[in-house]
Amino acid sequence: MSSDVKRLSLILLFSPFALWIVLLILLPHIGMVALSLREKVAPRVYEFGFGNYIDFINEPIYWNTLLRTGSMSLLVTALALLIGFPVAYYIAKIAGKRSRGALFLMCLIPLWVSDLIRAFGWILLLRETGVISSFLIWTGMTDHGIEFLYNDVTVIIGLVYTVILFMIVPLVSTLDGMGDDMIEAGYNLGGNSLTVLRRIIIPYAMPGIVAGCIVVFMLTAGSYLTPILLGGKNSSWFTEQIYDQFITRFNWESGAAFGFLLLAFTSFVVWLGLRLSGQSLTNTVART
Amino acid sequence: MKPYVLIVGLVASTALTPAAGFAETLRLLTWGSYAPEELIQKFEEKYPDINVEVTFSNNEEMIAKLRATGGAGFDLAQPSHDRIYAAQLEYDIYKPLDLSQINTDVMSPVHLDAVKTNTTIDGAVYAVPHQWGTSGLMANMTEAPDVAGWDDLCDPAYAGKTSMRLKRTILLGTAFAMGEDPFAMYSDLDQYQDLLDRVAETLITCKENIKAYWQGGDDLSAMMLSGEIVASETWDSTAYKLYDQNSDIVFIPPETGALTWIDTFAIPAKGKADDAAYKWINFVLEPENITIMSGSTGAIAAVQGGADLLPADKKAAVNASFTQEDIDNLKFFANIPPGVEDMEGKTLEKIKAATGG
Amino acid sequence: MTYVDDRYNMTAADVFDLECTGISKEFGDFRAVDDVSFRIPSGTFFSILGPSGCGKTTLMRMIAGFEDPTRGDISIKGVSVLSTPPNKRNVKMVFQHLALFPMMDVYDNIAYGLRCAGAAKEEIARRVADVLERVALPDLARREIHQLSGGQKQRIAIARCMALNPDVLLLDEPLGALDLKLREAMKIELKLLQHQFDTTFVYITHDQSEALVMSDYVAVMNAGRFEQVGRPEELYHAPKTAFVAGFVGDSNRWKGRALEVRSDGIKVETDAGLSVVATAYGESPIAEGAAVEIFVRPEFISATKPGEPTPPAAGENEHTGTIDSVLFNGANSRVLVRSPSGTLIEADVVVTGSGEDVREGDPVRLTWARAQSMCFSV
Repeated sequence: MSSDVKRLSLILLFSPFALWIVLLILLPHIGMVALSLREKVAPRVYEFGFGNYIDFINEPIYWNTLLRTGSMSLLVTALALLIGFPVAYYIAKIAGKRSRGALFLMCLIPLWVSDLIRAFGWILLLRETGVISSFLIWTGMTDHGIEFLYNDVTVIIGLVYTVILFMIVPLVSTLDGMGDDMIEAGYNLGGNSLTVLRRIIIPYAMPGIVAGCIVVFMLTAGSYLTPILLGGKNSSWFTEQIYDQFITRFNWESGAAFGFLLLAFTSFVVWLGLRLSGQSLTNTVART
Repeated sequence: MKPYVLIVGLVASTALTPAAGFAETLRLLTWGSYAPEELIQKFEEKYPDINVEVTFSNNEEMIAKLRATGGAGFDLAQPSHDRIYAAQLEYDIYKPLDLSQINTDVMSPVHLDAVKTNTTIDGAVYAVPHQWGTSGLMANMTEAPDVAGWDDLCDPAYAGKTSMRLKRTILLGTAFAMGEDPFAMYSDLDQYQDLLDRVAETLITCKENIKAYWQGGDDLSAMMLSGEIVASETWDSTAYKLYDQNSDIVFIPPETGALTWIDTFAIPAKGKADDAAYKWINFVLEPENITIMSGSTGAIAAVQGGADLLPADKKAAVNASFTQEDIDNLKFFANIPPGVEDMEGKTLEKIKAATGG
Repeated sequence: MTYVDDRYNMTAADVFDLECTGISKEFGDFRAVDDVSFRIPSGTFFSILGPSGCGKTTLMRMIAGFEDPTRGDISIKGVSVLSTPPNKRNVKMVFQHLALFPMMDVYDNIAYGLRCAGAAKEEIARRVADVLERVALPDLARREIHQLSGGQKQRIAIARCMALNPDVLLLDEPLGALDLKLREAMKIELKLLQHQFDTTFVYITHDQSEALVMSDYVAVMNAGRFEQVGRPEELYHAPKTAFVAGFVGDSNRWKGRALEVRSDGIKVETDAGLSVVATAYGESPIAEGAAVEIFVRPEFISATKPGEPTPPAAGENEHTGTIDSVLFNGANSRVLVRSPSGTLIEADVVVTGSGEDVREGDPVRLTWARAQSMCFSV
């Protein structure tokens, strides 16, 4: 009897999770895949087929945008790692106990405002009549306003700013778990700073690095507001294509296909990254 | 940006609406300035048993929302007149209007007829006109006094200082500027595709000249007022609002004719408060309410003598922009036949993806 | 107070593996290490014993190069290393928690240092196999760190250092984390490993039994200074300061006053009123009437029942009392005896399990030799 009770409580505990997975994740995705396999042949008439995917392959604009989104997301991920790692290392290993909390909090502050407000903040700073441009005119370094918006560099800066926290948090938590003696041992056994970083600190932090990279890459590739608002006329982000298909062109079937392609593409990149770094999802994202 | 505005609107309206169980709710799906708070209060005083909930949107999102639910969730929508016919054929999202319940007598016959012809399917009328306005150009006369046609936005004299919205309006405007009549080609889609290709080429070359594509009235206004741009494609209503703040900024009907749109009233297929919807339609057609509405939208009501019912400052802005000749030259947006939306969409994507300056 | 004790230089060649001269380290106002000097000849097992906070870890970190001394010099094999960064000093360290690299297997842990030194691949393989052989774990090369037992980890941590042929191996209380049984076994094993590698070990501990069992020489450290350096038995039997007498080994410890100072002994009355004849220890002379401290080790006090023959030491110190409690611990059993003055005295007894054994409440006579009462002036 007690085993029945146990099983019942297990089912009760598990069911909200299962419901959540099935209703909010599995079903919508199945629906999306089904939608993406419908071809419109006439008003209100649809047929099963791969036409939407074939359209994608045949139209260079689409897959160029997807590749561009992917490569820029990788660049953002790399930059976030490059900037986030020293920050995380400082917070976890160098800062005093008291300043550590304050520093961590400072990293969190940008999350308290929405994406939209953050993007507008950048716009106010970077536009031709914005703060930075006006400052440069005031100092006399330039005699006419400079437009910092609407180029890839700005998009990348904005994205790095938006996602870097998601890199820092897992890095801090893994680096925090590494004893100082590990680093000292690295030096003691004859390693120089570079060796210690390359052979000890980075391999130790690898689960955090991979977890941070996965989260940051997914967030970047799936972001919408920042690339659209900061990229302006040259943004070309794949999420914008999806939005256009759904909203502007009323082409849900193609939009669903695009959405599924984005999911497949990012999953593939993450899988590739895991393979190359020799990590698994269990010891990275699941752990941090 | 739009979805957020929308959500904010939704949340705000839900929060503000008193939870009165007996009251009927009129769920309005409309444009940014088309439901001024003053009018809503006045309406709710007149009909105390009706609550008005407003969701702000645009043409594309209105249709997307209604399509998602098969026409449920809203009781009155206000898409432009060219967005009724194909959407209804394709997705069945509106219900026929009962014209006997609408005070059509006050409507300006030109607009009423135009909308009726455009939105009649199997003898049923699906929309009546509300407000009309034009898309054209605006320029700061002190810095860009020579702007007269759509192609002037691509004039290197204004390099980096012009803007446009990357939507179908600019495709059509550019086509007219090239001396073509795109609406006439709707009957021959191959010919139209050829025209679109040429338009795309022009606009891709022009991309270098453009500072940014504007997304909505707010960012367009900000760029124009700050002087970052001196000329842009625009809605006339936005230009009129800017004229209030800086009388150098005027609306310019392009020499090939301003493109005219009419925003309509249409009732979603699964709307639940048709009576309230008709009450709202007739309410906003009352002359003193038209003045309030036009003051908010900046557009002209599609009623007889609509221009006279504009607030005084708007009247001045209109008079500064339009001559009788311009009014005679207006080009009404034609109904979008099936397939054209897709062709235009692809063209816009091509322009967006092209690497310009 | 500087101890450079030449008596432990018996095996010394002219060059010492490690030599510290006048080392001090200050953190702000706090002086963690205060003018410490010592030399360690080759192949010695040298322990630094002291309570926590005495500065022994700071001293070790200075030797390893993780801290710079405020004053003084450190030489390895006769060459000053003060300007040598930690990764260039041929001093390797076994950390308190071992600090094995969890993301590498046993082989890579050991090979790490060799790779840093730029050894060739075959050379690394040979040296790793060799050192694993010597720590008697030849089959563990491809084991992951988390698969090892506590004792195996210990030996791998040592092997990792020994693969580099260090001049000096520093060990920072590496047995602290082990359970008692394993700790006992590892004490012996460490000593054997040290013999086998014939390398100078500097072992830091707060556990006097670890220091006594393993070391050739022990330095007792207190409040940043070396109190005494010597062989374990010297420290035990001939402590130079009250601190060493108290810290090394168990003692009955009484405060008192010297009543009479003679060449053959000192008559002392403790604060509790116990009268003891003692021998002067330490370097400062004891004056009559001075405050003193007396240490008597329990194993030198014999407890006999009334009527039994008295041991030879009788007449030097003889007290009677009743047994307050019997602390049975096999061969190390002890009794607590309450003297008429109320003092509790610990004495070792043999508990055989027969009817002859002492029991609580029994009257008992305690005797010990004058030479076993170590008297220090305070």
